[in-house]
Amino acid sequence: MPPAAVRFEHATLAFQGHTVWRDLSVAFEAGSFVAILGPNGAGKTSLLRVVLGAVALDAGRVEVLGGPARRGNSAIGYVPQHHGFDRDLPLRGRDLVRLGLDGHRWGIGRPDRAADRRVEDAIRAVGAQEYADAPVGRLSGGEQQRLRIAQALVGEPRLLLCDEPLAHLDLRHQREIADLVGGWQRRTGQTVLFVTHDINPILPLVDRVLFVVRGRWAAGAPEAILTSEQLSALYESHVDVLRVRDRIIVVGDTADAGFEIEEPHHLPHVGGERHATEAPR
Amino acid sequence: MIPQFVHLLGYPFVQHAIAAGVVIAIVSGLVSRFVVARNMAFAVHALAELGFTGAAGAILVGSSPLSGLLAGTVVTALFIGALGARVRERDAVVGVVMAFGLGLGVLFLTLYQAYGTQAYAILFGTITGVSRGDVVLLVVLGVVTLVALATVYRPLTFATVDPEVAEARGVPVRRLGIVFLLILAVAVAEAVQVVGVLLILTLLIAPGASAERLTAHPGRGALASVLVALLSVLGGIALALLTNLPASVFVTSLSFACYLAARFLVGPWLVGEGRAGPRTSAGGAVRT
Repeated sequence: MPPAAVRFEHATLAFQGHTVWRDLSVAFEAGSFVAILGPNGAGKTSLLRVVLGAVALDAGRVEVLGGPARRGNSAIGYVPQHHGFDRDLPLRGRDLVRLGLDGHRWGIGRPDRAADRRVEDAIRAVGAQEYADAPVGRLSGGEQQRLRIAQALVGEPRLLLCDEPLAHLDLRHQREIADLVGGWQRRTGQTVLFVTHDINPILPLVDRVLFVVRGRWAAGAPEAILTSEQLSALYESHVDVLRVRDRIIVVGDTADAGFEIEEPHHLPHVGGERHATEAPR
Repeated sequence: MIPQFVHLLGYPFVQHAIAAGVVIAIVSGLVSRFVVARNMAFAVHALAELGFTGAAGAILVGSSPLSGLLAGTVVTALFIGALGARVRERDAVVGVVMAFGLGLGVLFLTLYQAYGTQAYAILFGTITGVSRGDVVLLVVLGVVTLVALATVYRPLTFATVDPEVAEARGVPVRRLGIVFLLILAVAVAEAVQVVGVLLILTLLIAPGASAERLTAHPGRGALASVLVALLSVLGGIALALLTNLPASVFVTSLSFACYLAARFLVGPWLVGEGRAGPRTSAGGAVRT
């Protein structure tokens, strides 16, 4: 059995007295593509921040690439939640990618052919050559997201963390970004943790699913976790999981509105305490 | 006019003004890029006004205005850095501190009667009146600031444009924010020598804001910003010497003219040429 890239053991995270998730024990094998699913506020982003070493667990332990989670681990690539860059920000796509390579180093940075080449390769790998010299704030969401992925991959990470990289993108761009990440993962055999509301754009890529709902969690192969029984148990309420063509649709039972058909990227909140476990970002 | 100016260059006070002006312009040009990108116009203003309080206090107790100015800006920087982590919080802290500090400044002003010209100098700048000792101090401080800025340049850029990923890569984002406030404190004290407390933004915003309109290239942007600051400061000193009007009048006009030119003439022309702006070829779609 290959060693785990990320392993949680009895891990509990709380924010201001609210438990985000508790007693999480799960190991993600090196080389796997893991989807982290759950409604808003389930602590998906916090989970990535724990892996990044930016947030400490309240109990239990986490192991990342064979060691403790620590800040500035250069073996980790990170694509944060998309917020868009200011239109006038004096930064080209190329500069954004370059920061991913040596932005953490002190000094001004001297001309470095080898670094230039790595940046160029990363830009080409995501197909961003056309607009790599444009101000990054003037690019579309999909273009910015490609550059962000190039930024995360330019350091040749062994673990890639993506936080909702498909949010705010249309279907075509969702598929393109998913293919970029999936293609990289297959080519290099590295590990991806992919936080998303909607599993459908990445369904063919996913090996494992971690589903988090209001402090509870379930992990396993997608076909084992994304079932009516599993999700009903997690939500403590009746949930139907439908497979329509190649898509998975989750239909929740909400206390106020009776049955409500929701898009899968709006997984149901159950009951009245919507924000009971919402974690600050 | 030219021979008249060459003649003036022979005077020590002119040489002092030019030497100090060059260093101050380089510092302002580089620092203003970060001021603009980090939305710190308000903080700059507070640093300057509390620098005024410090200078007024120094005059009151009989020490040098420049040291009081520096003490005022540095203490303010530490205060803002310690209390205001988030932008919104920072603005609130800045507002509260600025009002209190200016109140103190008024008190000092009232306590010290024979004070008019010195107060005027701090409020509106007196670059043509700096002494030899002040020039040495200004140059040394300027060089120290430049070295500090060069040391943190890359991670500070990272923390400014992309704080989340910077933090993930181990950049000490919060501590760099405080380091930048200290750099800014010295830059403000320097720039006050030229344009005074009230016109501070002309040197700590206008160059960076102009450069941002010209290019997204980091190196060329920094160069453009420094050139705008140099043009404004040296042009302002020259015109002040020739007309006997205060330098700040011309520095503010020149930097304003640079911004207008960058925004409405040169910037759009560069974008039209496809050099600074986004390309409009297929796939490089421009969203405006």
